[in-house]
Amino acid sequence: MRIPILKLHNYLLVSIQIDLDDQSAIEFQEDLLNKIHKSGSTGVVIDLTSVDIIDSFIAKVLGDVVSMSDLMGAKVVLTGIQPAVAMTLIELGIHMQQVSTALDLEQGLIKLRQELEE
Amino acid sequence: MSTTQTCVHIKKEWDIVGARQMGREKAKELGFGTVDQARIATAISELARNIYLYAETGKIYYEVVSDLNRVGLKIIASDNGPGISDISKMMEDGFSTSGGLGAGLPGVKRLMDDFDIDSEENNGTTITAIKWVRK
Repeated sequence: MRIPILKLHNYLLVSIQIDLDDQSAIEFQEDLLNKIHKSGSTGVVIDLTSVDIIDSFIAKVLGDVVSMSDLMGAKVVLTGIQPAVAMTLIELGIHMQQVSTALDLEQGLIKLRQELEE
Repeated sequence: MSTTQTCVHIKKEWDIVGARQMGREKAKELGFGTVDQARIATAISELARNIYLYAETGKIYYEVVSDLNRVGLKIIASDNGPGISDISKMMEDGFSTSGGLGAGLPGVKRLMDDFDIDSEENNGTTITAIKWVRK
């Protein structure tokens, strides 16, 4: 199952609404990097409001896609991480400290704009 | 002590998702809150991935357990893979044989209440973990 990636001005918006298996996660990684390359977008918001589980593998794929996008020159913000997901990740020992986050999509877009205008 | 047992076979990557969805369903039925449901589903995801990565195939069993005044969900992850040669090393935070895939067993132990490993080199691994419903 492919995850839709929408373009909005200079930004890309992604809302993950499926239970991510390893294969879909890897495909998403490739799709997003290709879309950044083709569209020349400078910022990406990945919204995780509907995601109710992030295990170590998906956390790694998300962390990697943030670093990869950064290498290409695009800034990624993760938004909407649920309380249960945040608690589970920290207990699991995954801190994702280099990753930029915001409470929701709206805050994510504000954060992107601030960071890109600096 | 036990009432019912369900089992999911781990043979392909997609079975990891199937195993954790089954775990969440069982947890919901038993009355676990959303945070504990996420803990259980995540722990199962890690255990199922370990089976897929190291043993290729194996099984995840789900069992409702109870003692005098509480009920819980028991997860048994069992495989006939290479086994663990040094369990105490495997339980150190940050130790990995896969180069960073999987948060490892200490993470799973923290997510669950009871945790036990039985493994012999070349003779498979059985991990048993229980989460009790908080009253």
